Amino acid sequence: MKLYLKIWRQKDASSPGKIVDYTLDGVEGDMSFLEMLDILNEELVSKGEEPVEFDHDCREGICGTCSLQINGEPHGPDRLVTTCQLHMRKFNDGDTIVIEPFKAKAFPVIKDLIVDRSAFERIQQAGGYISVNTSGNTVDANAIPINKHDADEAMDAATCIGCGACVAACKNASAMLFTSAKVSQFALLPQGRIEAVERVQNMVRQMDLEGFGNCTNTGACEVECPKGISLTNIARMNREYLSASLKG
Amino acid sequence: MGILDSKIPSGPLADKWTKHKNDINLVNPANKRNIDIIVVGTGLAGGAAAATLAELGYNVKTFCYQDSPRRAHSIAAQGGINAAKNYQGDGDSNYRLFYDTIKGGDYRSREANVYRLAEVSGNIIDQCVAQGVPFAREYGGMLDNRSFGGVLVSRTFYAKGQTGQQLLLGAYAAMNRQINRGKIQSYTRHEMMDLVLVDGKARGIIARNLVTGEIERHSGHAVVLATGGYGNVFFLSTNAMGSNVMAAWRAHRKGAFFANPCFTQIHPTCIPVSGEHQSKLTLMSESLRNDGRIWVPKKMEDAVAIREGKLKPTQIAEEDRDYYLERRYPAFGNLVPRDVASRAAKERCDAGFGVNKTGEAVYLDFASAIKRYGKEKALTSGIKNPDEATIIKLGEEVIEAKYGNLFQMYEKIVDQNPYKTPMMIYPAVHYTMGGLWVDYNLQTTIPGCYSAGEANFSDHGANRLGASALMQGLADGYFVLPYTIGDYLSDDIRTGAIPTDSEAFDEAEKQVRDRMEKLMSGTGIHSVDYYHKKLGKIMWNKCGMARNAKGLEEAIKEISELRKDFWENVKIPGTIDSKNQELEKAGRVADFLELGELFAKDALHRNESCGGHFREEYQTEEGEALRDDKNFKYVAAWEYKGEPKDAELHKEDLVYENIELKTRSYK
Repeated sequence: MKLYLKIWRQKDASSPGKIVDYTLDGVEGDMSFLEMLDILNEELVSKGEEPVEFDHDCREGICGTCSLQINGEPHGPDRLVTTCQLHMRKFNDGDTIVIEPFKAKAFPVIKDLIVDRSAFERIQQAGGYISVNTSGNTVDANAIPINKHDADEAMDAATCIGCGACVAACKNASAMLFTSAKVSQFALLPQGRIEAVERVQNMVRQMDLEGFGNCTNTGACEVECPKGISLTNIARMNREYLSASLKG
Repeated sequence: MGILDSKIPSGPLADKWTKHKNDINLVNPANKRNIDIIVVGTGLAGGAAAATLAELGYNVKTFCYQDSPRRAHSIAAQGGINAAKNYQGDGDSNYRLFYDTIKGGDYRSREANVYRLAEVSGNIIDQCVAQGVPFAREYGGMLDNRSFGGVLVSRTFYAKGQTGQQLLLGAYAAMNRQINRGKIQSYTRHEMMDLVLVDGKARGIIARNLVTGEIERHSGHAVVLATGGYGNVFFLSTNAMGSNVMAAWRAHRKGAFFANPCFTQIHPTCIPVSGEHQSKLTLMSESLRNDGRIWVPKKMEDAVAIREGKLKPTQIAEEDRDYYLERRYPAFGNLVPRDVASRAAKERCDAGFGVNKTGEAVYLDFASAIKRYGKEKALTSGIKNPDEATIIKLGEEVIEAKYGNLFQMYEKIVDQNPYKTPMMIYPAVHYTMGGLWVDYNLQTTIPGCYSAGEANFSDHGANRLGASALMQGLADGYFVLPYTIGDYLSDDIRTGAIPTDSEAFDEAEKQVRDRMEKLMSGTGIHSVDYYHKKLGKIMWNKCGMARNAKGLEEAIKEISELRKDFWENVKIPGTIDSKNQELEKAGRVADFLELGELFAKDALHRNESCGGHFREEYQTEEGEALRDDKNFKYVAAWEYKGEPKDAELHKEDLVYENIELKTRSYK
């Protein structure tokens, strides 16, 4: 198929960017979206032009490196996939595709389609852990039985890949879904309860400091999340935060 | 025994590690504050080591090329992690895990290292649960287990099909706690370009900031390389696009021996290649072999009809299917080790029974598991005399709960529903057992340079068992390296900070700059990927699942020519001093072009078949691997001497005091 691409090009963080038009022929349905961009880049390199830079690594939907706003949607039109698992069979011959970086104040552009998501790092560093040293003699793994339902729910929250689609999908650029996924995972496990009060307070404080917006419950994050992280995690974080505030 | 000293402690096997920990020197907590350690790579091994070293009080700097430590490729491991907990009461023990691993590795790994691995395996599970890793549980609240290839017990712990992700996020969280305390400085989007030696000791690295292109100097009292494997030398593999051998290869060029480079794992269950545009391959977890049955048609005409699209797999009668693993290996069936399963798939496809348009695919079929689980579920749900449709519906629900994310991934990529039609799979490059040679302390042949996880050669011999990579990465990172490195650092308590304005750093930085400028000076028309794909084709065709002397000799010649062409002609746009992904790729491919040749040289010298290394000249009448313990019961450690063809072989003889060497049989 033949595609008309409109791609955001930006030299670096301090330069202005603009949309540049490219026409690409010979795209097949079995290609992934990133393989389509690989072909474009091969063409650009052979012409001596700088290729379009984009973030990607595992190309199997788990590392969370790839991003892209495709026709206005984070990770494109398909549901429950990252851009690397989006296949060209979802598009038609002659389509125009607009490809932009994830857009949020807290995610500044580094180059072309690559954004800086280190704000997510700092949120995790503020409290996304259980304070246990490596010793080799913590209690036996089966010493504390955990209700299967809670364990499964903790796992569902823990599957967040930290890609940032929730932020890019949100009209407020809120990071509530991302932050609440980690808060929920630990809130649901007995090991995580010990530090629950400090954790939610510290992570929310850092989230606010980074310049992410507030949650107005539109639910766009849940729709666009490639891992299907549920909105109920935000409700749980709000509960945790409120009860932490009362405990002071 | 030459210059290789494995430093294996004396004494009975089961006591070696405890005795060693008691004997080695420690650094007192106050002195640890004056010691800096560089950790390159933040996957399971590097992340775990960095967190633990920082908890102990050392000052740690971590480096990763990704934008976050959480994205290291350990994250993609699906199936699980082994541990000899014996929670299932099925007779598991440290000894059995040790024995299975040595046997699975076709008797090409060290007894002492592997026993230690088994010994600390239980601690890993305890530690991870304490960190909040949400492993799968049973209704009673206890941890669940599943089975993996090459073993007769259920010792694999898992978190859906995302075990690597959950374990890595555990190590990442432990790192974050130390970053928050200021004990780890995390350098993301940074690539190690070279190792710096001062007076023969590893004392720092030259790194490139991948955002700005700046070249940076970082010093430390020791350097840990936990940079993963080199499967991307094949271009197509299940590795991440950025996975590379640069750090290990730079260390090799500075004096670290490279061990058993030809020991590569070709994983049997990957999604087959669909076309020339393909950039990487996707694994379908080995756990699927718990319930999936592998087959091809018995009749050639059926195979041809399937390839031409005239017949569907579901139309082939039970008696016309060849469940070749169950036929050839009745004791282990579909759960034979990976090397055996991969070769058996290749054998059937080479014989003309492949089932996709390229002829390189076999079926992995869940129909009988769906029926079996459906019947069981109907019984436990109190449904009497369920009809076929109910059984299948219930069975599909059970399969979805177990493998849902894998089935979804398959459907997204292949556009077929694996609940209704069998999956198609074919072997692909997945893991490299070879790597930097290390002694029992995980130290390379360069003093102060350590290597952990897939980057080193230890523990898996010539073939790794499923769910053992996560175990080894975390064992090295959490429980081995943080102890053993102290023994070395105890000599450094009065050294003080290592300056970066020395001649050694000047020289290393100059070399890095010269190399990049040389790369940028290519005058041809072809991109980095063009060369990488060419290298990959040579590797896959001549150094892949089956190798022979003639092909390997050709490979050596072709790779050497390709490397020359690459250095003269590769075309890289952009500049050195800015973000430049083509330049990043070029540096990595340049090293693959050297490693690939050494790989072929190693495979050519090893005149035997063992584990993942199958030489066509050395096989039994039944087509099984024919090992030569008399002549090749050693680790091949190569010393850099300029061109790969000049590399010098050093042998570390493998001594088996506790295990009797046998022909590996899974029949």
